[in-house]
Amino acid sequence: MDLHLSKEQEMLRKMYRDFAENEVKPLAEWVDENEAFPEETVKKMAKLGMMGIYFPKEYGGAGADVLSYVMAVEEMSKVCGTTGVIISAHTSLCCAPIYENGTEEQKKYYLPKLCSGEWIGAFGLTEPGAGTDAQGQQTTAVKDENGNWVLNGSKIFITNAGYANVFVIFAITGITTDKRGRKKKEISAFIVERTDPGFSVGKHEKKMGIKGSSTCELIMEDCTIPADRLLGKQGKGFGIAMKTLDGGRIGIASQALGLAEGAIEETIKYTKERVQFGRRISQFQNTQFQLADMHAKTEAAKWLVYSAAMKKQNHEPYTMDAAMAKLVAAETASDVTRRCVQLFGGYGYTREYPVERMMRDAKITEIYEGTSEVQRMVISANLGVN
Amino acid sequence: MKAIVCVKQVPDTSGVVAVKEDGTMDRAAMATITNHDDLAAVEAALRIKDATGCKVVVVSMGPPPAEGMLRELLAMGCDEAVLVSAREFGGSDTYATSQILAAAIKKIGVDDDDIVFCGRQAIDGDTAQVGPQIAEKLGMPQVSYVAEINVDGKAVTVKRLLEDGYMTIKVQTPCLLTCVKELNDARYMSVGGIMECYQKPLEVYNYETLKDDPLIDVTTIGLKGSPTNVYKSFSPPVKGAGMMMEGADKATVEKLVSILNDKHII
Repeated sequence: MDLHLSKEQEMLRKMYRDFAENEVKPLAEWVDENEAFPEETVKKMAKLGMMGIYFPKEYGGAGADVLSYVMAVEEMSKVCGTTGVIISAHTSLCCAPIYENGTEEQKKYYLPKLCSGEWIGAFGLTEPGAGTDAQGQQTTAVKDENGNWVLNGSKIFITNAGYANVFVIFAITGITTDKRGRKKKEISAFIVERTDPGFSVGKHEKKMGIKGSSTCELIMEDCTIPADRLLGKQGKGFGIAMKTLDGGRIGIASQALGLAEGAIEETIKYTKERVQFGRRISQFQNTQFQLADMHAKTEAAKWLVYSAAMKKQNHEPYTMDAAMAKLVAAETASDVTRRCVQLFGGYGYTREYPVERMMRDAKITEIYEGTSEVQRMVISANLGVN
Repeated sequence: MKAIVCVKQVPDTSGVVAVKEDGTMDRAAMATITNHDDLAAVEAALRIKDATGCKVVVVSMGPPPAEGMLRELLAMGCDEAVLVSAREFGGSDTYATSQILAAAIKKIGVDDDDIVFCGRQAIDGDTAQVGPQIAEKLGMPQVSYVAEINVDGKAVTVKRLLEDGYMTIKVQTPCLLTCVKELNDARYMSVGGIMECYQKPLEVYNYETLKDDPLIDVTTIGLKGSPTNVYKSFSPPVKGAGMMMEGADKATVEKLVSILNDKHII
């Protein structure tokens, strides 16, 4: 694997850093304290092409690649986990499934609006009874006499929900029988717009971290959408969901990577300033070894994340790579941020310094878009261990 | 109409300042940035482009790595770039640089409705001389310390930022404006702009390209030809931290008076 960044990628990294430092970092504490969705920041990111980084220009994207997108999520997450996940959910969970499964008409209609940031995207798979067990869906979609789809059910923990205009929604469209005669739910994917009749956004979740990202319930009560909103073929929804989550995991792995890197940067700065027993705490071997370990682990995670991104870009199979990247990056982020709080001591536990926020933000990366346990299931299944 | 913007890659003085034995700055040992005032000039030109669709050409004199800076400016939205680069030009002072840049701008071509933009001054030399000298050599009107620009056809109304206030001047194109960083906040490069910047035209003007231009006297360019001699370069001594006092009450004023008294200032 060649991990030399191209000239364009180097320049993108510089731009992302400048933007994160000047526009995102100053708001991060406010976003967290007020559980505020950073709308203005999203508009600014959209103007710079950051809401459709790796989609072709013909669909309104910026025409860059998956690694360039990964670096954007990473750099934003270094200073604000909320901002990182907003880009990730929008790009990986809404733009990507439409780009990869949509008809030409769907792509031409939705992608320019999403890539320009005029519309924000979200993804609705999880339900109260269908978390890791995504097959446990209860939401239904049936065709009415006019050929429209009528959706009924609810989705929970939907990232970006409060501000999204477009949702990729999964619903049961029938019951099928497999080769062994077992009954299975037939799941299909749909594109639902916020203004569709019968669609509403419900309860806003109060979370431990990534507090500014809008996480809500979606309610569909006889939500009626035209026939052409079916995304991909009828009955292929579960596959679309799993493939979308493969891509999404690279985004969340990038968020986790950024959080770990951001916490290490803050901790290095702090330990060089903080004096105890007449010495800077960076002079203590415990600090040095802790930071050395943390950096080495984070760099290892980075290779996995970048490698998964490049495989996706090159159209190589990347399911296991994405699972490994997310597993390692998420567990690294949780471990690193927790250790950073420890190195900050009492100050680390206060909200005066950003590491406690980073620790809270990091925890979710082990849970959403497939828990670490799910990643282990994916990896072991790919190894043929069953 | 087009805008031609002169830019300079300068050492990042927020980092380590390295000085060579001969007193000149060791640029190779320092990180580089685009000069702040020049970025304001680029942004001013890009805003005119946003409004009118005019072309923006950026020109820089510097060593080959300055191409990186020019590509970044192309990624911000500039259309073309010219890198003026030759060993013979190295070490030029403001007198020499302005001859070379004036010749380069002449070669790019200045039309009746064009505006040439420069930054007020570069953070490395702090002379504020190159822009005005270019205008003199090209025989065009110049306005320095520009903090606001309004373009209406060939009439350009600018507000100059002076130490004790503002001065508003109306000037006819073609003209040269030197901009202060207070003029605007420069935009970021965009993702799409970055993906395109290596496809945009970047021309290199070397010694051969410009040496026969009558604006250049080849005996007065480069380190040897430059009339300026650097005697010594040094970092200014770090000033002690200031003291902030808050409050508008009698007690605070009395405390202030007492401090100033103790230091024999009053």
